[in-house]
Amino acid sequence: MIASILDYEFMRNAFIATTIVGIVAGAVGYFLVLRGETFAGHALAHVGFPGATGAVLIGISPILGLTFFTVIAGVGIGLLGSKAHRDVAIGLVLTLSLGLGLLFLHFYTAYAGQATNVLFGNVLGIDGDTIAALAGIGAISLVGLLLIARPLLFASLQPELAEARGLRLGLVSTLFLVIVALSTVEAMQIVGVLLVFALMVAPAAISLHLTRRVATGIVLAMVLAVLIAWISLVLAYVTDWPTSFWITALGGLGYFASASWSHRRRTRQAA
Amino acid sequence: MKALSFEAVSLGHGGRPILRGVSFSIEPGSFVGILGPNGAGKTTLLRAVLGLIPPLAGSVKVLGEAPRRGNSAIGYMPQMRRLPPSLGLTGHDLVVGAAGGHRWGWPFASTAEKQMAAEALERVGATDLARRPFSDLSGGERQRILIAEALLGKPKLLLLDEPLISLDAGQQRAMVELVHRIGQELSIAVLFCSHEINPLLHAVDEVLYLGGGKAAIGSVDQVINSRVLSELYRTPITVLRTNGRIFVLADDIDLEGAEHGHHDHAHEHS
Repeated sequence: MIASILDYEFMRNAFIATTIVGIVAGAVGYFLVLRGETFAGHALAHVGFPGATGAVLIGISPILGLTFFTVIAGVGIGLLGSKAHRDVAIGLVLTLSLGLGLLFLHFYTAYAGQATNVLFGNVLGIDGDTIAALAGIGAISLVGLLLIARPLLFASLQPELAEARGLRLGLVSTLFLVIVALSTVEAMQIVGVLLVFALMVAPAAISLHLTRRVATGIVLAMVLAVLIAWISLVLAYVTDWPTSFWITALGGLGYFASASWSHRRRTRQAA
Repeated sequence: MKALSFEAVSLGHGGRPILRGVSFSIEPGSFVGILGPNGAGKTTLLRAVLGLIPPLAGSVKVLGEAPRRGNSAIGYMPQMRRLPPSLGLTGHDLVVGAAGGHRWGWPFASTAEKQMAAEALERVGATDLARRPFSDLSGGERQRILIAEALLGKPKLLLLDEPLISLDAGQQRAMVELVHRIGQELSIAVLFCSHEINPLLHAVDEVLYLGGGKAAIGSVDQVINSRVLSELYRTPITVLRTNGRIFVLADDIDLEGAEHGHHDHAHEHS
């Protein structure tokens, strides 16, 4: 039964798409967790809801609308600067986004059937064009991340020293959030607007529990994200339950298992 | 050429001055203790030297030039903050990360950057320490790693923001001795912020005392006396000397002692 899984084109597409997205989401997610900005990532994903529905309303491709809206929001959150009052602002952007998305759906009722796909993802409906778009956006995100990785890590770990050495913290933060925006667009194609957290944050958070080295951690987060997505596809095929459910379930289970493992290891070391 | 000179400088945030019309200069290679209570402007002064905030008035010169961001002639050690606990980066990772951490592009450290980091760690005697996770180190050991970071790029001026906070007396002494030795070996001018003068007494050439928006500079004897400090704070202040230690008292309250355990204005700029 499992062997026949790749006989279907939509399944092959799903595996290719989750591989691309897993690699990007794992790497970007690692820095997101490290910087304590996961809430910003969560909000950026929600901005995708009015992005996608609004794009359909004015008749452009949803993925274009998504990308446009989330990148603008990424720049906006980056420019908000210091974290002091940011959580409230981000939270308001998040609810405003869902409200706007609802409004757009109200005007374009024919699209309402698609709302579930936007909100919860539809990995089995991915076609060749979407894969090409995912590969393009993914390549841009990864190259961008590679180019800013060194200042990003420095600014994340030692912000005062980085600033004193001439690094513009606001610029680093904004560039990173643009990359986060691009990778949330990717993850949305798989798990939808509401569940991006599962694919971006869970593998990275697990990885941070399992290894202390940065390079190893990034690679591990990528591998975990791809593995979680693949296993979820197989489980969805076997059970006929939604893939997005399995991704959230595996991500959550993995997170709590790794957290308790790392907690026990630390208490044993301390003893 | 002076290592640092301030001419009638006012500093502050949003137009509200913390220091008003302050003038002083610091000789190359000298060790200067910057003293004063919370909010007196110690961190603000360092940020102005780093070129992170422009003076409201007056002129600041760093090694004869106007302050600019990312000036590699300045080594800086911010007040210590904790790293994310889930990370187990070693001291070596941190110092290598700081060497060339402002550089965009290919993310892996070059041989030259690793060399720089190794030299700086060697200079503070932390080569072995640096192999252990930073989070496992004691307060004094962490400060040594941070000093190594400040020494990257062969600075001529070292700015240290409260390196003695949360260290015990023995660690404080070791820290002051280390910085003093390095300053002399490499002829670096050192600006050492502290709440308390006593740990610095044997090392300082001069003290810069901040208070009431003003500054007084000179030797310990010239500055830390009743006349100068009373004028600075515009309130009667008594200075007691006993057993080679100095106590500054205002209205029978120990001005310096009262600051202990408090964290300074580290976030006043955020």
